[in-house]
Parts: sequence; structure tokens; C-alpha cells
Amino acid sequence: MNIVVLVKQVPDSGAERNLRSDDSTVDRGSASNVINEMDEYAIEEALRIREAHGGEVTVLSMGPAGAAESIRKALSMGPDGAVHVVDDALHGSCAVATSKVLAAALRTLSPDLVLCGAESTDGRVQVVPHMLAERLGVAALTGARKLTVDGGTLTVERQTEEGYEVVTAPAPAVVSVWDTINEPRYPSFKGIMAAKKKPLRTLALADLGIPADEVGLAGATSAVVEHSQRPPRSGGQKITDGGDGGVRLVEFLAAEKFV
Amino acid sequence: MAEVLVVVETTGAVGAAGGYGVKKVTLEMLTLARELGEPAAVVFGAPGGAQELGAKLGEYGAVKVYAAEGEQITAHLVAPKATVLAELIRRVQPAAVLIGSTQEGKEIAGRVAVKLDNGLLTDVVALAADGTATQVAFAGSTIVKSRVTRGLPLVTVRPNSVTPTPAPAAAPAVEAVAVALGENDTLARVVERVAEQKGTRPELTEANVVVSGGRGVGSADNFKLVEEIADLLGGAVGASRAATDSGFYPHQFQVGQTGKTVSPQLYVALGISGAIQHRAGMQTSKTIVAVNKDPEAPIFELADFGVVGDLFKVVPQAAEEIRKRT
Ligand SMILES: Cc1cc2nc3c(=O)[nH]c(=O)nc-3n(C[C@H](O)[C@H](O)[C@H](O)COP(=O)(O)OP(=O)(O)OC[C@H]3O[C@@H](n4cnc5c(N)ncnc54)[C@H](O)[C@@H]3O)c2cc1C
Repeated sequence: MNIVVLVKQVPDSGAERNLRSDDSTVDRGSASNVINEMDEYAIEEALRIREAHGGEVTVLSMGPAGAAESIRKALSMGPDGAVHVVDDALHGSCAVATSKVLAAALRTLSPDLVLCGAESTDGRVQVVPHMLAERLGVAALTGARKLTVDGGTLTVERQTEEGYEVVTAPAPAVVSVWDTINEPRYPSFKGIMAAKKKPLRTLALADLGIPADEVGLAGATSAVVEHSQRPPRSGGQKITDGGDGGVRLVEFLAAEKFV
Repeated sequence: MAEVLVVVETTGAVGAAGGYGVKKVTLEMLTLARELGEPAAVVFGAPGGAQELGAKLGEYGAVKVYAAEGEQITAHLVAPKATVLAELIRRVQPAAVLIGSTQEGKEIAGRVAVKLDNGLLTDVVALAADGTATQVAFAGSTIVKSRVTRGLPLVTVRPNSVTPTPAPAAAPAVEAVAVALGENDTLARVVERVAEQKGTRPELTEANVVVSGGRGVGSADNFKLVEEIADLLGGAVGASRAATDSGFYPHQFQVGQTGKTVSPQLYVALGISGAIQHRAGMQTSKTIVAVNKDPEAPIFELADFGVVGDLFKVVPQAAEEIRKRT
């Protein structure tokens, strides 16, 4: 099976994150950047399918030049190669434009299965898998906690509010995975060394036939008018339990009319 | 006045008529929609659902209910809904489209955005009459005001963002919408739906009160303590990732960066340290209360009221005290 895994480099969610003051895009310069955590589960799932069914795993990432570092990291887990869509004109792309670019890149790779994380920790928008499916005319099975591949049929188990559901679709399809699906492996030393030699191809917008004014800030379908830091919450009252902590807690709740 | 389409989020068994309810976020969206135009609700589901929900939607100002119902809608995830909604948008040219910022809501919105080559704003917490939306980003640390610059305002609204207020009652007319699907819309097939026991607690993202337990709770069995306080306060139960990963509580109740985002009136954190990824899911809560035995736990930086102490002493005593008072 020919699998493409989408990988996004994001600012570390454990560190302070900001929007830039000049153009209101995510500040990727000052933050420490990492692979979007959920994407590691998608990579792991792809590797497991390759181990069981054979085939090839390609990482696809759209992002600034610096994203190459995260792509190499992804490769060190075991994929065969990577494609990096990089172009200055992409800076500030909205989800609609991002999906246009990724769909174009996917068409050049003709995968049987596209795997990705259920969401990225920076935007948390969760729309890209369905946007891609819409553009490619395939099914999207999102938020998988279990995925089985049986010939050309993909079966996913996904959590719902009522319980869970089982959904099938023919390959090719887009499947996004939740962090409950597996436990991603750590790259081995051998994997890290091998990653340095794996093919990493770059594609520019021109290679995909997409005009520069359809993407980036110029082609964005929405715009930030203004942004500000929320005033940090300040801690309130803190008491040390001296035997009546529970009662005093309830006194607070009662004063706030919760009891 | 132009219509404002509101995609109805329902509770209850999908695919089966009867027992449908309207989620609170729907009433919030109808409240918001009234500022922008004439609210028109769009109901997806099993036959009869729109009829069943019409009165409630009318109470909150829906003047019309569009019903797209039947197996073609319920058996194939979101693609058919997006197709029907996009067609409806082309036909009625609404002033705006509001959808719940749930996973499914965002997915429908995403497909519609591509179909119509229209901008999309997600996780909106406020919407001005001119279409300017307020969003919170980066775990609630950043407030963003943005606008759709191509097409109409297509926004997904985060639950618990506005207070739903009833409108002068209307009895909305139900209009059936033709469901004309493309061949790709039915590729994903739901082959099985398994309902797990749900109990009577409110839905996590919609609850006014959320009581969460963390690693400090220690075991699945001890989570009964968390449930007890939640039930006494009429709230939902949440959990930190450490608690769900340790198997103390099911994953769907995880609050945080990779779990649910909640914004209740009251959030109670029991045995939770307050890691940044946990805060990502709860720091826009109105009032925060924490019990933790470590006085240095970061959760206290957010807590309006914090008790430094052993939760196994503090929580049972609190439960006892609430019972005494009610
Ligand atoms: C990319 C990423 C995404 C993540 N997403 C999430 C997420 O969505 N949600 C989430 O919660 N976490 C998430 N995490 C994990 C997060 O970093 C923390 O590890 C997690 O929140 C810790 O959970 P905890 O507070 O329950 O456990 P701990 O940090 O271990 O804290 C337990 C607390 O309990 C207290 N305690 C222990 N015993 C008692 C007692 N008897 N009485 C009172 N207090 C007691 C301790 O003092 C301690 O403060 C994510 C991490 C990453 C890297």
C-alpha cells in the first residue's frame, strides 16, 4: 500500500505561543518548533500498515524551510521518503488554501491511503482531512482510534458522544487518527542515521501549477483584524487544609451560588 | 431581512427518530443569529426530527426549519450534510451560516468552505453584527478578531460562548430539503453504531459545571469521588490525560490540548497539576477551584479558590457539606 502521512511543524504547545505583531500569523520564529504531536500517531500507524501489508510510506509536509528539520525527524521513525512543499508565497495560508496545495501535492503522489493527525496543536481546526477529501473526491474517516486495512477496504472505529461507531470506505481515502490509536515508537539511533540519507524532495507552487496569489496572505479567505493577549488569570484565594478544607471549599461554592 | 442559517446540533440517537433533543450550542447560535438576520434552522437526521424539534427552535427565534432527513443523511458521516448545506446556501444566500464548533460541525463547515471557495472561522466565541468574529487561540491565551474576506461569514461557534435567550415565540414552518448527493458523498458508510451507557450527566462541553480528576485521584475506583461531587453540583465529569492514559476514566472525558475544550461556569480540578496542555482545555472557565496537595502546583495560578490538601480528606468532607446544605 502506498501511504502518504501528512506532517505539520508547529510551535511547541508546552511553550509560550504568539501571533506575530506585523501580519498576525503564527510566530514560528521565536517558538521552539516540533512535529505536531498527533502526527506521530499517524506516522506510527502508517509504519504498522507497511509492516503488515508492505508498501511505501511517504511524509508530506507544507511549511517554511525550517520545517525540514521536523521532516527529518519524522523520517527517523521509519518512513521511506518525504516531500516538502515550500514556497515563500505560502506564508499565512488559510485552511482553504492549505488544502488546495496539499491536495495538489497528493495528486502527484497518488496514494492509496492518506494518514494524518486528527488536529494540529496550533490551529486545532480539524478541517483539513475533510477539505482534502472534498478536493480529491474520496472519503474522509476522521478521529480513528482503530484502523484496519483489508484489501481495498478501510475500516475505522471512532469515538462518538454516544459511544463509538464503525465506518468503512474504499481506498483511496483520508484517515485522521486520534492519540488513542497506538503508541508511537521512538526513533532509534539507526533510524536517525538512516533518515539523513532518505530522499527529501521539495516542491514549489509552480511545480503544482498553483498561482501564488491563490495562497498565502494574498489569497487568504479570512483575515485577522486584530489580536491581543488575554490578561493572564490571577490566582485567587489559596488555603491550606487544616481539617476544614472541604467545608471552606463549599463555603466558597455557596458564596458563588454553585451550591 | 436575510436568513441566517443555523445548523442544529442534536442530542440523542442519530439515525433513530424519537428522543431527539437540541444541544445548548444550538440555542446559543439562534441567539447569535438574531443579531445578524432571521434565524433559519437546518436539521439533519432521521425522518421526523425536524418536526420534533421545531417548537424548541421556534422558542429561540427560528422562523423556519429546513429538514434534510433520511438514511442518505444518517448513514454516511458528514459529506452528504455538507452537500445539502452548500446547495441550501447557494439557494437562499444567507447573511451568515452558524455551525457548532464540534468535530462534526467543523468538518461540515470545512467541506462547505471548499465547495463554495468561502472563508471559514472556527471556535468563534462572539460574533458582531458586521460579521467580525472573536476567537480564542493558543489554549485561550490569545484573543483574535477576524473576518471572512471571501464569501459569506461561515463560522463555527464554540459551546458555552453566549447565554441562550428565548425570543418571542414563533411556530416555524418545516420545509423539507431535497437531498441530491454526488457519488463521492456516500463513500464512507457507517456500518455499526454502538451506544455506550451514558448516564444522566450533562455533556462535557456543554455543562455549566465540570469536575475533573487527575493522576492524584489514583485509580478508576477512586473516580467515584469525582463523580459524586459532579453529581452533587449537577455537573459533568472530566479527566486529565494522565488520568485517562492510566485507565482511571474513559478517553472521551479528557480535557485539554488533545481532549475536549470546556468553558463552564465552574471548573473543579481534583489532583490535577495544571500542565499547560491541561490548561489549554479549561482556562476560559468562569470560576476555577482546585484541590491539590502540592502548594506549588501550577493549577493554583489559575484557581479562584484553592485548597492545599489531600483530596481524599477534602473531597469527602466537601461532599458531606454540600449534602448538609441541600
Ligand atoms: C502534545 C501534548 C498534549 C497533551 N494533551 C493533554 C490534554 O489534552 N489534557 C491533559 O490533561 N494533559 C495533556 N497533556 C499532558 C500534560 O502535559 C500533563 O502530563 C497532564 O495534564 C498531567 O495530568 P495530571 O495533572 O493529572 O497529572 P500530574 O501532573 O502527575 O499531577 C497530579 C497532581 O495530583 C496531585 N496529587 C497527588 N495525590 C494527591 C492527593 N492525594 N490529594 C491532592 N492532590 C494530589 C499532585 O500534587 C499533582 O499536582 C499533553 C501533553 C502533550 C505533550
